Amino acid sequence: MEFVNLTIDNKSVKVEKGTSILEAARSVGVEIPTLCHMKLDDVNIENKPGGCRICVVEVDGRRNLAPSCCTKADADMVVKTNTMRVLNSRRTVLELILSDHPADCLICAKSGNCELQDMAHKLGVREIHFKGEQSTYKEDFSPSIIRDLNKCIMCRRCETMCNEVQTVGTLHAVNRGFMAVVAPAFEMDLEKSTCTYCGQCVAVCPTGALTEVDHTNEIVRALADPKKKVVVQTAPAVRAALGEEFGLEPGTLVTGQMAAALRRLGFDYVFDTDFSADLTIMEEGTELLGRLGKHLAGDKDVKLPILTSCCPGWVNFFEKQFPDMLDIPSTARSPQQMFGAIAKTYFADKIETKREDMVVVSVMPCLAKKYECQREEFATDGNPDVDYSISTRELAQLIQRANIDFNTLPNEDFDHPMGESTGAAVIFGTTGGVIEAAARTAYEVHTKKKLEKVDFEELRGMEGIRSATIDFDGLPINIGIAHGLGNARKLLEDVQAGKSEFHAIEVMACPGGCIGGGGQPLHHGDSSVLKARQLALYKEDKNKPIRKSHENPYIAKLYEEFLGAPLSEKAHHLLHTHYFDKKKDIEIE
Amino acid sequence: MSSVKIKLNQKEVDKLREVCASFNNEPDELINVLHKAQEIFGYLPAEVQEVIAEELNVAVAKVYGVVTFYSFFTMIPKGKHPISVCTGTACYVRGAEKVLDEFKRRLNVEVGETTPDGKHSLSCLRCVGACGLAPVVLVGEKVYGRVSPDGVAEILAEYEV
Repeated sequence: MEFVNLTIDNKSVKVEKGTSILEAARSVGVEIPTLCHMKLDDVNIENKPGGCRICVVEVDGRRNLAPSCCTKADADMVVKTNTMRVLNSRRTVLELILSDHPADCLICAKSGNCELQDMAHKLGVREIHFKGEQSTYKEDFSPSIIRDLNKCIMCRRCETMCNEVQTVGTLHAVNRGFMAVVAPAFEMDLEKSTCTYCGQCVAVCPTGALTEVDHTNEIVRALADPKKKVVVQTAPAVRAALGEEFGLEPGTLVTGQMAAALRRLGFDYVFDTDFSADLTIMEEGTELLGRLGKHLAGDKDVKLPILTSCCPGWVNFFEKQFPDMLDIPSTARSPQQMFGAIAKTYFADKIETKREDMVVVSVMPCLAKKYECQREEFATDGNPDVDYSISTRELAQLIQRANIDFNTLPNEDFDHPMGESTGAAVIFGTTGGVIEAAARTAYEVHTKKKLEKVDFEELRGMEGIRSATIDFDGLPINIGIAHGLGNARKLLEDVQAGKSEFHAIEVMACPGGCIGGGGQPLHHGDSSVLKARQLALYKEDKNKPIRKSHENPYIAKLYEEFLGAPLSEKAHHLLHTHYFDKKKDIEIE
Repeated sequence: MSSVKIKLNQKEVDKLREVCASFNNEPDELINVLHKAQEIFGYLPAEVQEVIAEELNVAVAKVYGVVTFYSFFTMIPKGKHPISVCTGTACYVRGAEKVLDEFKRRLNVEVGETTPDGKHSLSCLRCVGACGLAPVVLVGEKVYGRVSPDGVAEILAEYEV
């Protein structure tokens, strides 16, 4: 390995050859401000188009200032990051960016959480000296994501996420000069494009150009309606991240405070998506064992590997990009939708409430869930199983709006029966968690033996693609795991080519799984946040008295009283789905 | 797919696929493929971009991004009788801009656009080497010299059928 020595702000620095000035400076504690640059180490993602020019520095012997994110540190370089020339340039660049940016900070969805706003503050911009043309794009509304291109600063982080990480290929820089913008092909609306609503573009957007569709007002209205029974479910990953919105350290578990906050917001029943995650394991696990059994018996028609189907971004991805493989994924609905289907039948009967008088709200780390709950197949006579899906960020907003002091709330429990869950369900929120939960149950059902070691360490981690073989009492089960749709594509292409050795594959669309979902508190480029959330979920799992889905007593009761058995006719009707070729719906104009 | 889709000539599509293949369907050859495609079709409609995206295994959004970045590429078909107004120095000082404005007004199109009936497209060019005739207008291959705004209607009338 070759190293170079240089000087940055009078500090001597030794870095590996090829390191950028920006990173070299960071290694000695010199933070150069950036807007477009983004580096997520743990998931191996970097965006450095050198486009914003905020990170310019002075290099001795060079006539022009150098963008530090894409200028390599060289031997004996003398770099200054805060000379008057640098500071003035940075401010001029930022003023030019702001000269074509709407000045509606007070009412912008990103206000208080906006990197552009922070930069204007940091660089002390008090006046914009340039008056020029203003962009006048119309907003693009989709079921999950809103694009307001007037707020786009062409950092192209969304483009990196959409193309390099997710390989979805929806967003790309188009046109040039003043007209340049990031858009789908032919500038079609997101809704008509290849977009999966994974929301990773929203998760990295430094401004208000990409935001989620806000459903908080609908929730407030439902809660205020005395005729409605309002039921809430919270996804596993939410409890590991919500605290960040209230200043708590990443990885702080706030399960009990979250339940308390939801109760104070006025929800009639505070339930948990973890309950239906356990239910998912019963259905998906049984389906896996069924397919596996047939495969082992020599049935050539049975499709293996089975792919998980909990993640709506992933479902959108294969429906739009692999319409020839719709029979490979599990038919099990996602936990969000299983919850809604059971809440509006089994539970509605229990509390003698009509379907129309019940409102089911889900709190999700995800933006694709907003689209998922609006799918026609998840409604009965036009009444959706899940009425509204809000993100972790939107829940935090609701709590703030209702002046609830989150950090002083006591820990409270979820309500029964749909609030009871196991440790297996909690880890649904991280990459590797769904398949680990499935393995715990499938092992015991298949071998009829007690699983001694509940923790499957070999399935855990942050690598984009992982694999492990689990011994089902002499029967080796090959498991594949992918997070990030680009990684999923690789495994799926192997399946398509008949090269896959796996019996089961878990896919989550977002890097890290749901903990890194598009609806989570913004990580602002700090990927250690994702790791902290992951550890929190494994901790919660460890602390649960029951850690296998099939041992959840309320799940057993649900089958006994209502569903019969996994994959029964009723279970099929309420808990399973089928997939559609959505490639043919992608419209060009 | 949208109903306004244009139908591509199958022979031309086959030719386009051959072009892609001649570049080994290499994504890095996108610009070269686009050049050839524009030679074949005269322009690069969305449908052509889709075929190229499929053949080179790149996102259509990326193809569109490249097409819209380089001014050489166009998504608008040229008119049956393309009109080019010379805005070189000699023509310009002798009133080419007023002539151009008159074409814009009468055809109700901007430079780079084509009339909805597909008859005329309007573009500018720099010097056809006939400065003595300035201002000069080309319609197809035919050269018109000493054009005044008043003469625009007369030129257009020649193409009314």
